[in-house]
Amino acid sequence: MKPFTYERAASPAEAATAAARQPGARFIAGGTNLLDLMKLQIETPDHLIDVNGLGLDRIEETQDGGLRIGALVRNTDLAADARVRRDHAVLSRALLAGASGQLRNRATTAGNLLQRTRCPYFYDTNMACNKRRPGSGCSALGGYSRQLAVVGGSEACIATHPSDMAVAMRVLDATVETVKPTVKPEGATRKIPIADFHRLPGDTPEIETVLEPGELITAVTLPKPAGGTHHYRKVRDRASYAFALVSVAAIVQPDGSGRVALGGVAPKPWRREDAEAEMSRGAKPVMAKLLAGARPTEENKFKLPLAERALAAVLAEAKG
Amino acid sequence: MKFDTPATTNPIDRLKIVGLPTDRIDGPLKTTGTAPYAYERHDVAPDAAYGHVLGAAIAKGRIASMDLTAAWAAPGVLAVVTAENAGKLGKGEYNTAKLLGGPEIEHYHQAVALVVAETFEQARHAAELIKVDYAPARGAYDLAASRDSAKPAGKDEEPADSRVGDFDAAFAAAPVQLDATYTTPDQSHAMMEPHASIAAWNGDRLSLWTSNQMIAWSVGDVAKTLGIAKEKVHLMSPYIGGGFGGKLWVRADALLAALGARAAKRPVKVALQRPLMINNTTHRPATIQRIRLGADKDGRLTAIGHDSWSGDLPGGKPETAIMQTRLLYAGANRLTRQRLAELDLPEGNSMRAPGEAAGMMALEIAMDEMAEKLGLDPVEFRIRNDTQVDPEQPERKFSQRQLTECLRTGAERFGWARRKAEPRQVRDGRWLVGLGMAAAYRGSPVIKSGARVRLDGKGTVTVETDMTDIGTGSYTIIAQTAAEMMGVPLDKVVVRLGDSAFPVSSGSGGQFGGNSSTAGVYAACVKLREAVTAKLGLNAADAQFADGQVRSGDRSIALAEAARSGELAAEDAIEFGGLDKKHQLSTFGGHFVEVAVDAATAEVRIRRMLAVCASGRILNPKSARSQVIGAMTMGAGAALMEDLVVDKRHGFFVNHDLASYEVPVHADIPHQEVIFLDETDPMSSPMKAKGVGELGICGVAAAVANAIYNATGVRVRDYPITLDKLLEKMPDVG
Repeated sequence: MKPFTYERAASPAEAATAAARQPGARFIAGGTNLLDLMKLQIETPDHLIDVNGLGLDRIEETQDGGLRIGALVRNTDLAADARVRRDHAVLSRALLAGASGQLRNRATTAGNLLQRTRCPYFYDTNMACNKRRPGSGCSALGGYSRQLAVVGGSEACIATHPSDMAVAMRVLDATVETVKPTVKPEGATRKIPIADFHRLPGDTPEIETVLEPGELITAVTLPKPAGGTHHYRKVRDRASYAFALVSVAAIVQPDGSGRVALGGVAPKPWRREDAEAEMSRGAKPVMAKLLAGARPTEENKFKLPLAERALAAVLAEAKG
Repeated sequence: MKFDTPATTNPIDRLKIVGLPTDRIDGPLKTTGTAPYAYERHDVAPDAAYGHVLGAAIAKGRIASMDLTAAWAAPGVLAVVTAENAGKLGKGEYNTAKLLGGPEIEHYHQAVALVVAETFEQARHAAELIKVDYAPARGAYDLAASRDSAKPAGKDEEPADSRVGDFDAAFAAAPVQLDATYTTPDQSHAMMEPHASIAAWNGDRLSLWTSNQMIAWSVGDVAKTLGIAKEKVHLMSPYIGGGFGGKLWVRADALLAALGARAAKRPVKVALQRPLMINNTTHRPATIQRIRLGADKDGRLTAIGHDSWSGDLPGGKPETAIMQTRLLYAGANRLTRQRLAELDLPEGNSMRAPGEAAGMMALEIAMDEMAEKLGLDPVEFRIRNDTQVDPEQPERKFSQRQLTECLRTGAERFGWARRKAEPRQVRDGRWLVGLGMAAAYRGSPVIKSGARVRLDGKGTVTVETDMTDIGTGSYTIIAQTAAEMMGVPLDKVVVRLGDSAFPVSSGSGGQFGGNSSTAGVYAACVKLREAVTAKLGLNAADAQFADGQVRSGDRSIALAEAARSGELAAEDAIEFGGLDKKHQLSTFGGHFVEVAVDAATAEVRIRRMLAVCASGRILNPKSARSQVIGAMTMGAGAALMEDLVVDKRHGFFVNHDLASYEVPVHADIPHQEVIFLDETDPMSSPMKAKGVGELGICGVAAAVANAIYNATGVRVRDYPITLDKLLEKMPDVG
């Protein structure tokens, strides 16, 4: 772990400005991912800006009947919130399918969105990794790729985004609210649809989101409840405490229409609205569109039928 | 004490304390966080500096150059140890690769440097500043590709090949045949406590607080590696946070702590960081196993063939996956062959039930497949081929063998009769449900084991032996043994373990520790009883030790009296004199498993597990049960998820942390039940006990595999049985 300096920010705008001032800085909230990566020399910030004291830890109702979730709301609290459980159950279910109780107690909403891939080559600093060391190559291509992306990857990177929460956020059409660094008087804010928040790797897999240097997430908002039945089906090699091979977040309406997003298959939560037009016709046509252009490896091609079967099971369950 | 005639009635047979399900006496220390583990010995080395290990970035080749400048210049650095500056080092008897590599690199993450600094963070940071230029060389990393180059590998008592009768002819002539190949992957011990040590030099004497299963072996190997006399090494390992065979040997933490302490001139502590556990230390090697079975139409085996291939570094040893096949089932014509390929992966070595754990994973699927071909129930098929004699040497009997009883008891208790012989017949909502079983077999070796027992004026009995407790319950069964022998309650016994100043014991491994070490304590107690009766002027022949009293004739004297004028001490060792050669000492069992397989996703969930064990006298049913359910859990991991994935380009295990090397979590482990059959084995030791901690894993994975087959109709012969291997053949969804 590289030595680093540390400060506590006083306000979101100040945090953003401080971060922009120091190119090697990182925000730290729960630290459940960042600290591990620092210990392994994967993240090597010169400076940490602690945002835990910024008061962004409330869940409020919005005027249009949705919820505004503070960036620092812990995963445990978000999953347990009565409004989330009642109106946005897919989010609660996705959160509870992730990590462990201890980690969820610590991990924050914004941190969850920003967590890094679990690709084993990203985790081994002796190995080439374009995400960790741009231009060094991708060891996962031609290597152990069972967990990795089948769609949305590139010649430079086939890492997946590991979050469960983000998959539910995507199916709920969440919006990420941020504050940008400015000198005076206060930081400008912006709203980023979750669909646009994570980037595909292309030639620059080290750039994972559209956040600008120093830009700080302050909240994630959910629109008014989507109705329907909410499902989160996470498929993995052990019953708990494992990342998804494939996960399916779905909202199914009584008429059979609905929405679906996948986790574990792509560098970002994977949803295509055009595929959802097929929902009432079943899992096969949905997946044909949703996973169109998939380029799996020999080791992870099973994710294609697995995703289809998992969605089929969800649709069967929704029918009751 | 020489043990060369079968045990007769002795004080242990009273079973006033031995045989009770006593709570472990070290439990409160562990549950309150006060048991002093190696890395936490602030009491003995308050000024210890911190060492951090740098592992090699290549699997094979040489270090072309190493630049330590930046590391030396980093804050807090006290020493940087490399092969170049460490002085001449030997290699331990039990190590295959060197513990400190360079310039030659033998495997990935082989230690190439230790940085010692004032704080852990400083040491870690400085280690990252070391610049190493490697000249990589080509290596062999693929067992399947190296299979044809494999050579016979055996030793005197376990030759590579065994032949009885004419296997080829009998197999060819058998009306029912099976010829199938199975694979088991490399596996990691993945114990909770990493390898960790604190070293301190006092002149030329080394004190090493470490986490190690075999004190005497390791004293020898530390001395040999450092080139100093054994007498100069004091090794202590009283508490161990799991070992499973991974701590049978001295590893880099111990050696580098010693070298670092010498260089820094103060005590140094080193824990191997978690990623190094996988590629720096040892693992259970992968196997390829071909099994051929021939039977007559009545289901009697006429031909049994088992070939196994595994790989290891040059000079390493095979995974002895064929050994149980020499002993488990009857059959006149037999052939077993063990081959070893040279691979440049990290060192393969013992992991819980080496040999049988991997061998039974294959053999017991083969038996299930054969039973199906014969149209026989798998329980009945095994019983039909049971034997009371060593099938390769029929003049040798098993000392005890209750395989049939285990299987019948298990079948009845598990509700085996409800199993549908035809697969894929039982559906429970979204789940396909199946039952599977396997025999359990594991040898029960015995090893010379010594102890010292002291009696003080308060009547307290103190046992000292270099035996270790790796979480198994050694403290408790040794206390029970001493209490039974000396006729005192458990709270009058103090047990001190894991110190090379104490008499040499069997150590912990190969499921030999429980029986051997308590037998050593028995021997020492026999001597102490003689000393007590002599001191008290009582007739040794009829003296009874009970309730803190020694009774002889009409006299009864408090035990403590014997030590009133000074402590009494006795030391002895149990030495096994050949009964274990004349007879085959083995443990037997049956594993029964119910699984449910998600019809849509093919996720496998175990619902119930039962083990029935016949393994001699159970010294403590509570700790023995804990051993067996732990082993069943490990077997479930082997069946469903554990897999060190080889990167065949770079030559290392890719999933080198506990996030990616998955072992079962609580949610994976359902109801577990263990039944111990009543058994005492007079051939095993005066304790009449045998091992049980490894029996518990042998056969579990195959029982799971067989249950999955019964549930789904899909036969998977390559472990672990992950959902991708089942998915294609699962029923349509919806």
